[in-house]
Amino acid sequence: MKTMFEKIWDDHLVHEDQGSSIIYIDRHLIHEVTSPQAFEGLRISGRKVRRPDATIATMDHNVSTRTRDYDSADPISAIQMKTLIDNCKENNIKLYDIKNPDQGIIHVIAPEFGFTQPGMTLVCGDSHTSTHGAFGSLAFGIGTSEVEHVLATQTLVQKKPKNMEIRVEGKISDKVTSKDIVLAIIGKIGTDGATGYVIEYTGDGIHSLSMESRMTICNMSIEAGARAGLISPDEITFAYLKDKDFSPKGKDWDAAVAKWKSYATDPGAKYDKTIVLKAEDITPMVTWGTSPGQVTHVTGTVPDPSIEKDPTIRKSYENALSYMGLKGGEKISDIEINKVFIGSCTNSRIEDLRLAAQTIDGKKVSQKVEAIVVPGSGRVKRQAEQEGLDKIFINAGFQWRNPGCSMCLAMNDDFLDPGDRCASTSNRNFEGRQGKGGRTHLVSPSMAAAAAIEGKFVDIRDWK
Amino acid sequence: MKAFVKHEGLAVTIDRANIDTDAIIPKQFLRKIERTGFGIHLFHDWRFLDDEGTKVNPEFELNQDRYKGASVLVTRDNFGCGSSREHAPWALEDFGFRSILAPSYADIFYNNCFKNGMLPVVLKSSEIDELFEYVTKNVGAKITVDLPSQKVFAENGKEYTFEVDPVRKENLLNGWDDIGLTLRFESNISSFENKQKSSQPWLYQTT
Repeated sequence: MKTMFEKIWDDHLVHEDQGSSIIYIDRHLIHEVTSPQAFEGLRISGRKVRRPDATIATMDHNVSTRTRDYDSADPISAIQMKTLIDNCKENNIKLYDIKNPDQGIIHVIAPEFGFTQPGMTLVCGDSHTSTHGAFGSLAFGIGTSEVEHVLATQTLVQKKPKNMEIRVEGKISDKVTSKDIVLAIIGKIGTDGATGYVIEYTGDGIHSLSMESRMTICNMSIEAGARAGLISPDEITFAYLKDKDFSPKGKDWDAAVAKWKSYATDPGAKYDKTIVLKAEDITPMVTWGTSPGQVTHVTGTVPDPSIEKDPTIRKSYENALSYMGLKGGEKISDIEINKVFIGSCTNSRIEDLRLAAQTIDGKKVSQKVEAIVVPGSGRVKRQAEQEGLDKIFINAGFQWRNPGCSMCLAMNDDFLDPGDRCASTSNRNFEGRQGKGGRTHLVSPSMAAAAAIEGKFVDIRDWK
Repeated sequence: MKAFVKHEGLAVTIDRANIDTDAIIPKQFLRKIERTGFGIHLFHDWRFLDDEGTKVNPEFELNQDRYKGASVLVTRDNFGCGSSREHAPWALEDFGFRSILAPSYADIFYNNCFKNGMLPVVLKSSEIDELFEYVTKNVGAKITVDLPSQKVFAENGKEYTFEVDPVRKENLLNGWDDIGLTLRFESNISSFENKQKSSQPWLYQTT
């Protein structure tokens, strides 16, 4: 009896020695920021890319979302993008550059192409690679030295992580989203609650969700410290993958689906740890601090550090509140914002944009708020435009941009100014993450959209 | 890869939990295509009061005279959380750090340290508390980190034992090239691929 994680792990084992395993990597994703030094390493040691066919690249981290012009990025970013073009050409790797209509955030485009499939091992020099676990793919972020290792050997040396089950029982209520589920999980177990573990999300609260919603949950597994997050593939997964660019076709499709089904955790298989959440307890969530675990219900208040007994936690609360310009006891619904960012590998897919557009249809962005929508990919953008979502956003006063990571990490020209306070659909509220001195509150797309209209947080469940 | 055997150096404390890689090396410095030169930007937003890095923040530990030249960092839980950027260990190493002592680390950061000849040591929270007290109360306090014996020595005579994965230990002691080590198993990789290709041919059809 094995869990899904154990099955995928065993299926990819090339060699094992003293608890250190060489595991085969089926898919490798590359972007402009964490790859240049890896390619340089290959050149110095005279090594070649072992499987260019198992590798795709895009530029997303530092691209401008205002134009598709290399020279509109700052000169150092432009060098990084041009280096990626050269490296991909030299090594015969398929690249979706900013001139390609399908360019986008790597964790949005790989699933869109069907490049991500169940049962695979998949890596990328980016911590949010955990996103792909939504398909039942063992997917995790790696450093640049490991990027070089995968390029050269198509394997990684790993110590087998432990396995945790997080079960969400029951279905979430109307207006509550998968973003709220994952924020509630991180709030419960903490930002290092899953360190050393691969999570498998189970239960009807998970399997009733769409692929987009599942990706949001797996995406933020890393924010709980997990190596990866997995969701067992089911009919919703197969329907999503059918006829995608890289999906198996013809009789390979049937063989693939049969193989994918075999990865499901056996009844009675043991996890090292199990955590259970009741979906009915989950409400719209808002982070108040500088770590994704510093989160509470929209109906809640900012905690008072003075009642915290543990000195390290008390100090981190004090630091967070001082950075965020908040006081203990303040109501979340009293917090006023002046920026809104809808985008990132967490929440920039078509379903996220539909939800945000539906929330604000016919309304106007508050005069004191600047709000931007950054679709996750060229395909998401075109789909949204076909559905007229761009018009809804633009008419409401949102800016409608081109795909990229944008203000999630603010490496490009989208960033918060010191003192700005942002309702953001991204994944990290670290100090300075969205710009030096910028204050980030992580929320779902509908919560961010409603905050843009009201200029403060509202409970989306009873907001009209 | 750079080797690590034993290191004695001036210790510095940073008393914060969950120090993320965005704090260690903010994103505006990730645009380089080289591995070197990140040290000057280490903890930029905490070390400096201005964007250009000219106004030093006198309150931040690394800027205090007593900690100038520190090479052993003593800090709190979940160090290196967040982004996978290897620029974080590159910046720490380039600044002069050879070892970090903390109760826990984020997974990817921990891995990345070993690739750069830097030893992340895990000690119990109570032991880290003792080291905090020792370092902050003794100007010039040095700490020795010894990988072969898996021990940390403070100058006050206290010693602490730590665990490390045996394979990682051997690689770090010898400074072995990970890729070279894996390529000793090249024939295993090839036979894995042949087997996988015949049972799941779709994994090899990506054009």
